[in-house]
Amino acid sequence: MCKTPDLLIPQIGVITDIRTETSDVKTFKITGADGKKPFDHMPGQCAMLSVPGVGEAMFSITSSPTNDDGLLFSIKQCGTLTDYLHAMEVGSEVTIRGPYGNAFPVDTVLPGQNLLIIAGGIGLAPVGSVVRYVFDNRDKYGSVDIVYGARSKDDLVYLKEIEEIWRAQPNTNVHLTIDREQSGWDGHVGFVTTYPKELNISTDKTALVCGPPIMIKLTLASLMEMGFKKEQVFTTLELRMKCGIGKCGRCNIGSKYVCKDGPVFRCDEIDELPDEY
Amino acid sequence: MLKIAKNNLPALFAVIAKSADLYLPIRKGTVNYAPWSEDADVDLDTLKTVKSPKDFFLPQSETLYTAALAGKKIQLEAEPFADTPFVVFGVKGCDVKGIEILDKVYLSDPVDKFYEARRKHGTIVSMACAEPQATCFCKPFSIDAANPAGDVVAWMADGNLYWEAKTEKGKKLTEIVSSMLESAADDIVTAQQKDIRQKIDALPYNSGLPLDRFKAERLIELFDAPQWDSLYQTCLACGTCTFICPTCQCYDIKDFDAGECVKRYRCWDSCMYSDFTLMAHGNPRKTQKERFRQRFMHKLVYYPDKNDGEYSCVGCGRCVNKCPASLNIVKVIKSLGVNADV
Repeated sequence: MCKTPDLLIPQIGVITDIRTETSDVKTFKITGADGKKPFDHMPGQCAMLSVPGVGEAMFSITSSPTNDDGLLFSIKQCGTLTDYLHAMEVGSEVTIRGPYGNAFPVDTVLPGQNLLIIAGGIGLAPVGSVVRYVFDNRDKYGSVDIVYGARSKDDLVYLKEIEEIWRAQPNTNVHLTIDREQSGWDGHVGFVTTYPKELNISTDKTALVCGPPIMIKLTLASLMEMGFKKEQVFTTLELRMKCGIGKCGRCNIGSKYVCKDGPVFRCDEIDELPDEY
Repeated sequence: MLKIAKNNLPALFAVIAKSADLYLPIRKGTVNYAPWSEDADVDLDTLKTVKSPKDFFLPQSETLYTAALAGKKIQLEAEPFADTPFVVFGVKGCDVKGIEILDKVYLSDPVDKFYEARRKHGTIVSMACAEPQATCFCKPFSIDAANPAGDVVAWMADGNLYWEAKTEKGKKLTEIVSSMLESAADDIVTAQQKDIRQKIDALPYNSGLPLDRFKAERLIELFDAPQWDSLYQTCLACGTCTFICPTCQCYDIKDFDAGECVKRYRCWDSCMYSDFTLMAHGNPRKTQKERFRQRFMHKLVYYPDKNDGEYSCVGCGRCVNKCPASLNIVKVIKSLGVNADV
């Protein structure tokens, strides 16, 4: 239910916490002006954050729906609005509208399944919502394998949470990798795209993949080589968006609007779309 | 059927304008929809206004809300929805259909409340096309220019304007002007309709357009067609086609710094522009080929895929008239539809 006169009219959000993840990624906690969570969402959904006079853009919500005290957004500094957001302080107001798009099928397809979550770089943000939701409902799901890679050890987000919380979960394996050798790193080195294959991860899993477009394409190819079927793999896509409700006309891939028909797609659905993402 | 003598139309317009804002085609160098006034040069004879009447429902630019920033605080004030009744007079069948096509975008779930308010308050008086032109191709899109949709339909024939209300809104408008209208037999209009349909059948683009080849089942095949490599080459990326098009729906949302506050507004945008899909990490439509292809795939394949096979083109021919590089949807339909490669 929209709290404002039209879906394009946002509500006020307040930055109540800022956590520095890496040199160019910060995680912002946003509440409504009343101190409560602005709205409910499901893992994979997105919201439009804005600073009037600076810009408005779509970001994935990385917190779990089970988190009641606000919405978390992990934002990489890479443009006008994100530069501005990175310079903001706790207590500053922004505007927020959403949630937009569909979600990962956490309550329909995934319960009872073994999960393989593969993320590259800031791509851990959207699937991070799934990971946290799964851990908050741990007995509903089978084994969890998280394969996460970044360019360097300094670009891995949520490291403290990964080491202290994610690794401590039952029936859960976390596999980290970085693209190139780096002093102070004794973990795996190599692209995340082929790491699941190197790990010999079995195909009795449902896979969720998120990262830059090239990472998604290469990871899918590798999963297919391993014997995964496209119906077993979900991914989430990102294109430029303005409205978030399938009307402004710019985030389409073929007949599908990523903001409304996505951002989550099963990979056999992507096969039917033209290669333009 | 009702009628009014053509030379009494200024009096009719004056009565309508007392009850609602009245817009009709007005000549100021070129002919475009504009507010009526007693000294306006109303031109109901020119077939095509330069811009379509979509502005009345999806304005070229409109404020959504105003934001006042003070320190860390933001105050938002949403723009009120349209609440003034208005009449758009003299809309041709193709342009009425264009509005119906926009309805399927803006009134589908979730409804755009700004658009909905304008639709609710707007009454459309359409007009049959007495003299269709060679650039018209409405027939393949199942539009009858001799009997257009609209709240009221009008025909200009025999020194009279013939008037028929088609909807509740149309009946209300008819009541307002009823004292100025007199009963009329149908025969003059029937004869004009027959004449219009004959003229349209004889126009070059109204037959032989291979539209049936544009189907969702062939989406990938059409997307990958080799014809795009040559078709787009002369496109200047000026966006004229999108701005004059009655069905182009795309918009941008931007900020205007008004000094003490920021006005967030939306305005028409064009998929022909390179920054339309530009993101921090790159652009999925890197060259004009992809942008050009997007516009026509949207009208001929993507929109129909979402809307029961209905194309997002009404054959108004404005792009045929106005493209500075002589590109248009007819060329695209013929090139992709006929060539055996597709």
